[in-house]
Amino acid sequence: MLTLIVLLPLFGFLLNGLLGNRLGKAFVSVVGCGLPILAFATAIVAFQAFQAADAPLVQTAFRWALIGDFSFEITFYLDKLSSVMVLIVTGVGSLIHVYSTGYMKDDSSYARYFAYLNLFLFFMLLLVLGRSLLVLFVGWEGVGLASYLLIGFWFEDSVKAAAGKKAFITNRIGDAGFLLGMFVIYSTLGTLEMDQINAAFAGPVLPAVSASLIGILLFIGATGKSAQIPLHVWLPDAMAGPTPVSALIHAATMVTAGVYLVARLSGVYIHAPEASQVIAVIGGLTAFFAATIAVVQTDIKKVLAYSTISQLGYMFVALGVGAYGVAVFHLYTHAFFKACLFLGAGSVIHAMGGEQDVRKMGGLYKKIPWTFGTFAVATAAIAGLPPLAGFFSKDEILWFAFASESGGATWLWALGSFTALLTSFYMFRLLWLTFFGKPRMDEHTAHHVHESPVSMTGVLVVLAVLSAIGGFLSIPHFLESQLPLPTVSEHLEHFEMPLLVVSVLIALTGLAGAAFFFGGDASRAARVGQRFTGLHKLLSGKYYVDELYETVIGKPLVWLSDRIFLRLGDRVLIDGTLHGLTGLARLGAGILGRVQTGNLHLYVWLVLAGIFACLAWSWGHV
Amino acid sequence: MNNTQLLLSVSTGLFCIGLVGVIVRRNLLVMLMCMELMLNGVILSLVTLSQQAASATGAVLVFLVFVVAAAEIAIAVPIVLLLARRKHTLDADAFSDLKG
Repeated sequence: MLTLIVLLPLFGFLLNGLLGNRLGKAFVSVVGCGLPILAFATAIVAFQAFQAADAPLVQTAFRWALIGDFSFEITFYLDKLSSVMVLIVTGVGSLIHVYSTGYMKDDSSYARYFAYLNLFLFFMLLLVLGRSLLVLFVGWEGVGLASYLLIGFWFEDSVKAAAGKKAFITNRIGDAGFLLGMFVIYSTLGTLEMDQINAAFAGPVLPAVSASLIGILLFIGATGKSAQIPLHVWLPDAMAGPTPVSALIHAATMVTAGVYLVARLSGVYIHAPEASQVIAVIGGLTAFFAATIAVVQTDIKKVLAYSTISQLGYMFVALGVGAYGVAVFHLYTHAFFKACLFLGAGSVIHAMGGEQDVRKMGGLYKKIPWTFGTFAVATAAIAGLPPLAGFFSKDEILWFAFASESGGATWLWALGSFTALLTSFYMFRLLWLTFFGKPRMDEHTAHHVHESPVSMTGVLVVLAVLSAIGGFLSIPHFLESQLPLPTVSEHLEHFEMPLLVVSVLIALTGLAGAAFFFGGDASRAARVGQRFTGLHKLLSGKYYVDELYETVIGKPLVWLSDRIFLRLGDRVLIDGTLHGLTGLARLGAGILGRVQTGNLHLYVWLVLAGIFACLAWSWGHV
Repeated sequence: MNNTQLLLSVSTGLFCIGLVGVIVRRNLLVMLMCMELMLNGVILSLVTLSQQAASATGAVLVFLVFVVAAAEIAIAVPIVLLLARRKHTLDADAFSDLKG
């Protein structure tokens, strides 16, 4: 049954990839959406079977290799954590597939799009269902591949193709850490099955390896995939792909793989306080810096991209303070509201005929009411307004960042809360610029604006409802038997209610701030921007991280490749040696060639001389 | 001078005549014939020495050499024929096109 969940999207990929172009769009839509939905249904059945059995479902699909007495098997493993992930991936994935039938309706590569999307789903399911780190790694690389293919989906545009490459290469850096982590685990523990790794660290005999070493190495992999500092640079560029792809891969599912990895190996991280500290700090900083950048971005998708990075930072903060279940909770609510936001943005872009710049939008709420309504709900959810989903998960993260005994600190809470203020501010800013105020688009576009088809708005409504009520399902409680929550300092417990009130106030302050600065004609915001030109430039330039990498890594690498490897190594050393050898051979051939006069008699004389030489030699030696 | 010495002298003589012929003559056909002469000189020494050693191996080898020589001539003569047809001459110096 678990194998079936994984294989269904693969069938979709094969059918759409091989036959899709010939059999037409109706076939592609049915296969492309039908198989993920079937996978979702199967996942529900599997989940019920798991609930009934009350023990992890394990199913071995295939023995991959037998090396010595260790067999590498493709085994699927369904426990509470992976069932949450599978349901999110197949559920949100199916919704986004349905949405895509509307969004990509007029694209000439319709079949290729759905083939890639199904391929992504296959690898993602491999990632979340794999029992062994090796299977997880295959899925991990596979989703990277699907992400690359879909970011560069419109590869005729070289900027988009370059964005795909950037994502792929940045991820490679993280994957190197991941691989090293796997090597360390295998060489010291002799297994890659994740439940056994967790058990090894919990067991009476502790393994002879530092949990923090493993933790840090795997976390490097997670920073790549989940776009954390310093490898966050690829995600904003990844917005070059079609918008549903940004929603599915770069918001709801793939980028949360790093969070899943850490939560899955929580048994290791519990015993790795140093690694957890690093995770919390990186997560907090990422959340904060990404949020500050999002405040000044003008591309609707870029704002959401930085917001995603920021929210992922929150999840890592939760992981860093030991609240693994809470991180998964935020992952779950984030999947709903961020997918809703991205798809809403897609609907706006669709309505605007491809325009993504919020400076050219405004006043859209009357023309596309469904999109506006759902977008507003999701915005309120991410901003943390009660009782929407984001409020619950973000509040729990902030609470544990404050009070957890395994790494919680006041400064972490303060950073998180300030980020929450920024989140609320930039999201409502986006809402205001897009939907309120005076329309700033030209006549032609304004005339063209229209609501999206039902296949798109229907999905938006479903996701908006989920972002509204999703928070009432307490994931941390559900996962507690597997991912226990950290203990909370007793003397801090009475802070819980005040902090909750503070978070609500923060969200409302953000809302009020956005309304104040961007209400009307947004002139106040413009004045503030002029007042702090330096800061504004720094933020619009995304802290010049790309430029920094270009100068520190890119340019020296290019110089090294060009000067040392190409000009010295390749042209001088290798080509030079070969040219020298051929020159020598030509020279020798030129000299020896003179002997070949074509005169038979000369040859006979030479043979004669040779015979006499041989005779003379043998005379002396034999 | 016993028989063996005589026969070996004959064989050396045949070989030298052949060699001189190949060196001094320019006619391709004569050169070929001279080469056969050299071959026969060698074969004669082979037979003589195998007789001396009271072994049949040398005699058997002679037949093999004959077969090879026949095959060689069977190829060499047509080549000479084709060459002659092309340049209407049998002079070996005329065919020095293949020089380095």
